[in-house]
Amino acid sequence: MTTATVSRWDRFRESFVWYSFKRDKVAIISFLVLLLMVLAAVFAPLLAPADPYDLAQINIMNSELPPVGIDGADPAFPLGTDAQGRDLLSTILYGTRVSLMIGFGAVVLQAVLGILFGLLAGYLGGKVDAILMRIADVQLSFSTLMVAIIVGAVFKASFGNLMFGEIAIYMLIFIIGIAEWPQIARTVRASVLAEKKKEYVEAARVMGFGTRRIMFRHILPNTLSPIFVIATVQIANAIISEAALSFLGLGMPETQPSLGSLIKSGFDYIQSGSWWITLIPGLVLVLLVLVINLLGDWLRDVMNPRLYKG
Amino acid sequence: MLAFLVQRISQALLVMFVISVIAFAIQDGLGDPLQEMVGMSVSEEEREVIREELGLNDPVLVQYLRFAGNALQGDLGNSYFYSKPALEVIAEHLPATLELVIGASLIIVFLSVPIGVYAAIRPQAWLSKFFMGISTVGISIPVFLTAIVLIQLFSIGVTVNWFPSGSGWGQWLNDFFSTDGGMPSYGRGDDLVHLFGTWDSGLFTSDGLAHLVLPCVSLASIMLPLFIRLIRAEMMEVLQSDYIRYARAKGLSADRINFLHALKNTMLPVITVGGVQIGIMVAYTILTETVFQWPGLGLMFLEAITRSDIPLIVAYLMVVGLIFVVTNTLVDLIYGLVNPTVKLTGKKA
Repeated sequence: MTTATVSRWDRFRESFVWYSFKRDKVAIISFLVLLLMVLAAVFAPLLAPADPYDLAQINIMNSELPPVGIDGADPAFPLGTDAQGRDLLSTILYGTRVSLMIGFGAVVLQAVLGILFGLLAGYLGGKVDAILMRIADVQLSFSTLMVAIIVGAVFKASFGNLMFGEIAIYMLIFIIGIAEWPQIARTVRASVLAEKKKEYVEAARVMGFGTRRIMFRHILPNTLSPIFVIATVQIANAIISEAALSFLGLGMPETQPSLGSLIKSGFDYIQSGSWWITLIPGLVLVLLVLVINLLGDWLRDVMNPRLYKG
Repeated sequence: MLAFLVQRISQALLVMFVISVIAFAIQDGLGDPLQEMVGMSVSEEEREVIREELGLNDPVLVQYLRFAGNALQGDLGNSYFYSKPALEVIAEHLPATLELVIGASLIIVFLSVPIGVYAAIRPQAWLSKFFMGISTVGISIPVFLTAIVLIQLFSIGVTVNWFPSGSGWGQWLNDFFSTDGGMPSYGRGDDLVHLFGTWDSGLFTSDGLAHLVLPCVSLASIMLPLFIRLIRAEMMEVLQSDYIRYARAKGLSADRINFLHALKNTMLPVITVGGVQIGIMVAYTILTETVFQWPGLGLMFLEAITRSDIPLIVAYLMVVGLIFVVTNTLVDLIYGLVNPTVKLTGKKA
């Protein structure tokens, strides 16, 4: 067991990916920043000074305190407080957690859908291909955000505000996953079309393997690297989509805020001078999306698949 | 060409049909017109009679055909909130959104072409690298955040006192980094000029134009990086091609090659993608209009959702769907006309 892991590790250290990673300052910094943010989000309950979900810890008298360094700040709240008197640092840590959860969840869902439909379309071809890709075309021409907004609006109208708030995380994962699967399906289909013609597939077919086995066991592993690249960029897209939906009031409720709903709730107070409630979570969001995009760019350059980048 | 035309148009009709089915399903699944029409006091028997009269007990197919027939005649039902035809409400809100999109498109065209071309001609210049860096960051900033930052900077204003104001330099630096604010960030203003029909324009008064600035810049900011990257990539590819090399060998001036020969072939794919992107901008108008309380289609749609104004939601979907389908079909047709090498009826690559 240990020998296997050691040899894998050695293989990784001799790989081109590791080689180019060591030489790319932007990639290293982005990776470290992302790692830091993910760790901070995962361990939010341990790191955060206060629990923003716990109503007993909130005192309305503390509302709209500015961050440290500005007159009127309270050192107990390093980044200030929001309009309800919640510690902004804690809310941001928990909010990043929610945003990341939705981002990863949505990408897992769209990867499952995209891989399945992409494999089917690419390998079976014919009518299946025509129908699936037409749906994908139409959805993409409407833009993923528009589809997400419409699906979100329909869900919200049919579930009602309260119910929607309770299951918002799952709803958002579902909505964004549904809206963005065509991106991955197209990539998978393109690489399946290329793989399909290769001899090993021919060989597998001659040996009498079933369609399902060839698709998932033979072709799929060879299409993984472009999927990996596009999935990275898609996490950033999913996080932005989630923030946009939450900002429109179609996402996370204020009692369980994501970065997007924090920005939304702070926006109502920007005219009264409390810029930090909206701009600090905004900065965190931009940083998070930026480092993921930079890592995605780097990965694409390293693996260099000819990708459709929407 | 005729086969291509027929294929594209029948495809557009098919998509419109699917959209109408989705819209009908939403209306059928979510709206109970009875609840909006009659009070609580009406008995179950009376309700049943009204249901029968409205045709709500008919088979789904019959109901759909009625819905589609009405839609074709321009009747998409009455908005619950405005209590007038939904299409009329949309017509009232459309001009505001159109002006926003036009303003943003102008900003995009006049900035992205020069920057993209410059970055392609001189990829190593520090200014090109600066623009490309900015556009990478720009892609990562959601449009509503750009809008909020613009409001903070130019509407509310920022006063900086980082530097000691005792010395003249400190004061100058403080003033340099401070902004005055004062730009309007709410609605379209009161000074609108009536053009025709439902179109009240803000394009002809200084107050109306001032209200347009921040929303248009925000909306443009999301598309600008995409267009700069696209134009740069296309232009660089064209500059590699044989005919450009031949033109260089012939001794033509660099400006003539770049702007006459290369730019022409660069703009072809850019126009195609651009047409589709303008359609996609509709989605971003929802966000922009929410931030600036801009009384256009996007804000109307969002308010319709919070008010559960089903007919208006459905009408919005149909109208926006139509806009998308028409722009996409037109772009495809124009591309087929302009570029004869494109495979007309074959499968898209």
